[in-house]
Amino acid sequence: MAKTYVSATINGESAEFLCETQQTLLDVLRDVIGLTGSKEGCGSGDCGACSVIVDDRLVCSCLMLGVEAEGKSITTIEGIANGDTLHPIQQKFLEYAALQCGFCTPGLIVATKALLDENPNPTETEARYWLAGNLCRCTGYDKVIRAVMDVAADMRGEKVA
Amino acid sequence: MNYIDSSLKVVGTRPIRPDGVDKVTGRAVFAADTRASGMLWGKILRSPHAHANIVSIDTTKAAALKGVFAVVTGQDFPEIASEEAFVGEGPMNFRDLSLNCMARTKVLYEGHALAAVAASTQEIADQALALIDVTYEVLPHVIDVEDAMAPGAPVLHADMFTSGVTPKPETASNIAKVVTFKKGDIDAGFAEAEVIVEGSYTTQPVHQAYIEPHACLATYSPDGQVQIHSSSQGHFMIRAYVAKLLGMSISNIRVNPAEIGGGFGGKTLVYLEPVAVTLSKKSGRSVKMQMTREDVFRASGPTSGAAMTVKIGAKKDGTIVAAQQVLKFQAGAFAGSPIGPGCMCGFAMYDLPNVDVVGYDVVSNRPKVAAYRAPGAPITSFAVESLMDELAIKLGIDALTLREKNAAKNGTKTHYGPVHQNIGFTAVLDAVKSHPHWKSPLKEGHGRGLATGFWFNIGGESSAQVHVNEDGTVTAATGSPDIGGSRASIGMMVAEVLGVPATTVRTIVADTASIGFTFLTGGSRVTFATGMAATQAAEKVVEDLKRRAAQTWDIPVDAVEWKDGAAYPAGSNAGAFEPLDLAALALKAGRTGGPILAEVSINAQGAGPGFGAHICDVSVDKETGHVKIERYTAIQDVGKAIHPSYVEGQIQGGAAQGIGWALSEEYIYNAKGLMENAGFLDYRVPVASDMPMIEAVLVEVPNPRHPFGARGVGEVPIVPPMAAIANAIRSATGLRMPDLPMSPPKVRAALDAAG
Amino acid sequence: MTSLSYAAPTSVDDAVKLLAGSAGLAKVLSGGTDLLVQMRSGRLKPELIVDTKKIPGIIGIREENGAFIIGAGTPGAVVEAHAGLNAAWPGLVEALDLIGSTQVQGRCSLAGNLCNASPAADSVPALFAAGATAVIVGSNGRREVPVEQIPTGPGRTSLAKDEFILEFKLPVRPARSSDAYLRFIPRTEMDIAVVGCGINVTLDANGVCTAARVSLGAVAPTVLLVQACADVLIGHTLDADTLAKLDAAAQAACKPITDKRGTIEYRTKIAGVLARRVAAIAFDRAAGIKNGKAH
Repeated sequence: MAKTYVSATINGESAEFLCETQQTLLDVLRDVIGLTGSKEGCGSGDCGACSVIVDDRLVCSCLMLGVEAEGKSITTIEGIANGDTLHPIQQKFLEYAALQCGFCTPGLIVATKALLDENPNPTETEARYWLAGNLCRCTGYDKVIRAVMDVAADMRGEKVA
Repeated sequence: MNYIDSSLKVVGTRPIRPDGVDKVTGRAVFAADTRASGMLWGKILRSPHAHANIVSIDTTKAAALKGVFAVVTGQDFPEIASEEAFVGEGPMNFRDLSLNCMARTKVLYEGHALAAVAASTQEIADQALALIDVTYEVLPHVIDVEDAMAPGAPVLHADMFTSGVTPKPETASNIAKVVTFKKGDIDAGFAEAEVIVEGSYTTQPVHQAYIEPHACLATYSPDGQVQIHSSSQGHFMIRAYVAKLLGMSISNIRVNPAEIGGGFGGKTLVYLEPVAVTLSKKSGRSVKMQMTREDVFRASGPTSGAAMTVKIGAKKDGTIVAAQQVLKFQAGAFAGSPIGPGCMCGFAMYDLPNVDVVGYDVVSNRPKVAAYRAPGAPITSFAVESLMDELAIKLGIDALTLREKNAAKNGTKTHYGPVHQNIGFTAVLDAVKSHPHWKSPLKEGHGRGLATGFWFNIGGESSAQVHVNEDGTVTAATGSPDIGGSRASIGMMVAEVLGVPATTVRTIVADTASIGFTFLTGGSRVTFATGMAATQAAEKVVEDLKRRAAQTWDIPVDAVEWKDGAAYPAGSNAGAFEPLDLAALALKAGRTGGPILAEVSINAQGAGPGFGAHICDVSVDKETGHVKIERYTAIQDVGKAIHPSYVEGQIQGGAAQGIGWALSEEYIYNAKGLMENAGFLDYRVPVASDMPMIEAVLVEVPNPRHPFGARGVGEVPIVPPMAAIANAIRSATGLRMPDLPMSPPKVRAALDAAG
Repeated sequence: MTSLSYAAPTSVDDAVKLLAGSAGLAKVLSGGTDLLVQMRSGRLKPELIVDTKKIPGIIGIREENGAFIIGAGTPGAVVEAHAGLNAAWPGLVEALDLIGSTQVQGRCSLAGNLCNASPAADSVPALFAAGATAVIVGSNGRREVPVEQIPTGPGRTSLAKDEFILEFKLPVRPARSSDAYLRFIPRTEMDIAVVGCGINVTLDANGVCTAARVSLGAVAPTVLLVQACADVLIGHTLDADTLAKLDAAAQAACKPITDKRGTIEYRTKIAGVLARRVAAIAFDRAAGIKNGKAH
C-alpha cells in the first residue's frame, strides 16, 4: 500500500507528511515529523504519556491513525509554551516539583491544559478523575494535583501575583 | 568539611531544578528519542512458552527478507564463564545475565529472548521475527515459590545445587541458596516469652512499572568502538556489563546517559544493550531498540513474590524477646532474589535479643527479578509489621507504644551484624505521636493502621567535577543519572560551598568517557555519595580559588578566607584588598595556574540508614471489598533535606507504589505459565483518582558522615505501606489480610468467611 | 509490506460498497479506541479500514419528536456535554462516560462499544436498559433493531459484513422516568468492569414502578437484559423487600466466568450489590431527587 499524504495543522503551523495506514498519530509525530515530546508508555491507550489535543479534544495519539489527522488541528507538548515563555501550567509544575523523571510530564501538561480549557474551576476530585488516564509512577500525584489546583486559581485570576 | 550546624543559604531551599524546563516542554531526550543516521530498528523474538528446550532456530527466511540487515541468536554471543557478582543492585551470575539477555539452549520464562533482528522499519522487523522458525520442546513449568521448592518440581537448572546447606545436596533443585542470620538464642527467647504470635503471609511479584519502557541506541564502528545511548540507572554499569557480556574492552565503549523515565531499581542491569550492540556489529549500522509495554512486564524483572512465616515472642509489657522468620523468595528464572536484604530488614527497626531468620532463594519460570526500591524489605516488613500489629492487639498495647518499647536506638546491634549509629527512628516515632493524623479521632467506619520500615542506604563510588567557567559561572558534572531531582540537589550543595546562588551552578550528567567511574543510581546513594564527591570537589575549588587570590594579592594562603562567593582578606592585618568573586578570579585564571576545576572520586562510606513510619486511614466497602485510602501520612528521617520538594516527592512516590502493591498490583499467570495481565489495563498501578494527598513529614536527624547530614531517602517510603494498609483494614473490619494484594474479592471473601 | 488500506467515505452508500466489496477483512473505524488496540496486539489483522466519521449524521445529536437520536460515531465527550441527554438519560451518559480515560472519551463511541461486543462493555447495559434501537445500514438498505439484538457473543455481532450502525434512537421519555448505571472495578478508574448494571425505570405518582428494564454486564457471554429483575421492580416501590428480591434475581441471572478480572462467585455477589445500588439511584432520579454521578 502506498503511503498516504496527510495535511494537518500541528502547533499552529501547517504540516504535511506521508505515512502508512497502520502508523498511529504517535508514530507519525515521533518518527515522521520528529516531535518526540509525546511519549510511548504503553501503546494501548492506558497510560496517557502520548496525550495530544486534536480539534480541542484531549486524545491518546496512540489511539489515532496518522491518516486520521487529515485536516485536523493538533496541539502537542511542543506547542504548549508560547515561544520561550512557558505556559503557566508548565511554570507551576516546575515550582511545585510536580515531576521527577519527567516521562509522563508532557502528557500530564497537555491533559491539564485540556482540563482547564474545559473547566477552569475543577475540584480536587474532578482534577483527579480527569487526569486518571495519565499514569505517573514517580510522584504519587500529590504535587501534580496541587500544581493543577493552584494554576487553575491563577488562571482564573483569583490570586494576587 | 561539615556544614551540619552551619546556617545555610541554598541547601534546604526549593529552587527550580536545572533540567526542569526541558522536562516540561518535551525537549528532554530519553533513549527512545535518540536518532542516528541510517539507524535500523531492532526487535527481539521472545519465548511463547514458560519452560522449553530450544531444539532448533532457523533464521534463513528472516535474514532473506528485504530490509533486514542482521539476525542474531545465542550463537552470536560469547560464552560467559560462571561468575558470581553483585549485578546492578543484587546478586547475579554474569553467565546468567548473558543467558537472560539471549537464551542459548533453553528458554526459562515466557518472554525470554532467543533471537533478534535489525531492519529498516519497525514493521519489517516485526515481519522478520514472524519468519524465524523455532522448534521448542515444551517442558513442564513451575510458577509459585512453594511449588518450585516441592520435591518433584520441574527443575530449571541441572547444575543448581543449593548452597548454604551442609552437606551440599546431590540432586539439583530450584533452591539456589539458603541464608541464615542469628542473634542470641532463639529457643531460649521463646521459652521466656509470655505471649507468642505467629502468622503466614504471602506476596505476589510486582513490577516497578516505570512509565518509560527500556530503550537504547547502539552504534558499533568498524574499529570496535561502541557508542550507546541508554535510559538506565547507571551508564557505567551498562558499559561494564556490555564489555563483560560481549568480551570487549571497557575503553572501547562509551555510554551516554539519556534521561531516564523511571527505574526504581528495574533499570540497574542490561536487557537490550548487548543485543543492540551485537546487531549493530553484524549489520554495520546503528540500531535502536525499545521494549513494548508487554515486553517490559514479561521480560524485565519484577520483584519477588514470597511465602513467609513470622513468629514473635514478647513479655506482657510488650518487650520482644524472640523474633523468627522463614522467608521463601522467588527469584525468577535465574538465582538472585533479594533474600539477603529481605532477611536483614524485617526486624532491623527493633532492638531484639534473640533473632533467627532463614531465607530461601528459589528459581521458577518467571522473568528474572530485578531490584525494586529497597529490594526485599517491603516484602518482609509486610509480614513483620502485620504481626507486630497482631501482637499489639493481643497484648492490649497501642501500636505506637509497642514500637517505641522495642525501637532500635543508637548502639543497637542488628541481627545481621552492624551496630546502629546516628539513627533517627525514635525521632520518627516521636513525630508520629505528635502528628495531627495520629491524634485525630478516627472517623465512623474508618480504620487506622501504623507500620514502620527500614532501609540501609548505601554509599559507594562516585565522581564529580566542578568547573568555574571563564565568566565565573559554574558547571558541575557527575556520573549519576538523575532519576528524581539529583541534578538540583547536587548543584545546590556545590552552590552552598561556593557561596553563590543556586542558579549560578548548572549540573549535568557526564558520559562514561568524560568523568570518573560512578556506581549506579540506586540504593538511595546519589545525594549521599555523589553529593559528597561534589561537595569535596567544590571545596577543592574553593581552596584553589583562595590560592589564586593569595597569589593575586601576594599574601599567604592562610590569610585568605572564602565567603559568600568571593575571596576576602582574612582580617585587617591581611591587607585592604577588594574581594575577588568567581568572575574576577576566573578572568585571571590563565595567570594564576590555568583552568579552575576539580574532580573528586571517592568510595563514600558512612551512608546512614533510614527509618520511616506511615499512618493510614481506610474505609472498606463491606459489600464489594473495595478499600479506599482516606488519609495517608508518611514520616521519615531524611537526615537533611537538601531540596525538600524532591525529598517529599520520593516519599510520596514510594508510598504510592506501596499502596498499589498493597491493594491492586500482581502478576496473574494462567495454567500454561503465561502472564495474563501484561499491560497497564490489567496490571493495576494507582491512578490519580485512587490516591489521596500524601503528607510527607521530614524528620531531620543528621547523618554526621555526610557534609550536610543527608541520608538516602528514596527507598524507605515503599517499605511500610502494605502493612500500614493491612493494619488499617484490620482496624476497620477486624480481619487480618495476610495475602497481597488485598484486592476487593479477597476482602469480600474474608468478610463473608467471618460471617 | 502489509496491505492495509484506509478509506474515509463521505456517504453511506460509498461506505457500504467498500465493506461489501472488500476481499479480506474490513473493519469500520469509529473512535478507534478498541480497533487500534486490537490491531497492535495482533488480535485483528484487517486489510481495509473504513473510517465512517465523514458520513453526514454519524457524528452529532439531534431531537426528533421528543426523542433523542445519537450519531453512531459521536465521541463520548460530545454526548457527555449534551445538556438534554444528561437531563433525560443520565444513566446512559454516565455509562458511556466511564469508558476508559478522558483521552479515550475524546474518541470512543456508542457504536464502537456495542459492536466490539465485549461482555464487559460499559455503555451497553445502559443502552439496553434505555430501550434504544440502532439504525443499521447495508447493501439491503436500512433496518432498525433493538440494540440488544446486536451482540451475539464475545466479539461477535448480528451485523452482516457490509452493515454498520448509522445512529441510535432513544425512546421518548415518559414523565417520572430515569436511568442509572454503576460498574464495579478494583481501582476508581481505568479498569474494565468486573460487573456492570444499568437500570431504567418509570414511576407513578406514588413512586410505584410502572416500567423497568434491567441490564447486567460482564456476567455472561453477552450483556444481559434481565426480565426477572424488571419483574421484581414493576408494581412495587423500592422497599427493603424489593431490594432483596432484586439482589437475588440479579445473582440468579448471572452466568459469569472466572478470569483475570473476577471469579464466578465474586461477580455473582457484586451483581446483586450493584443492582440494589443502581435501582436506588434510578428510582431517586425518576422521582426527581438528584442522585449524583457514578463516582
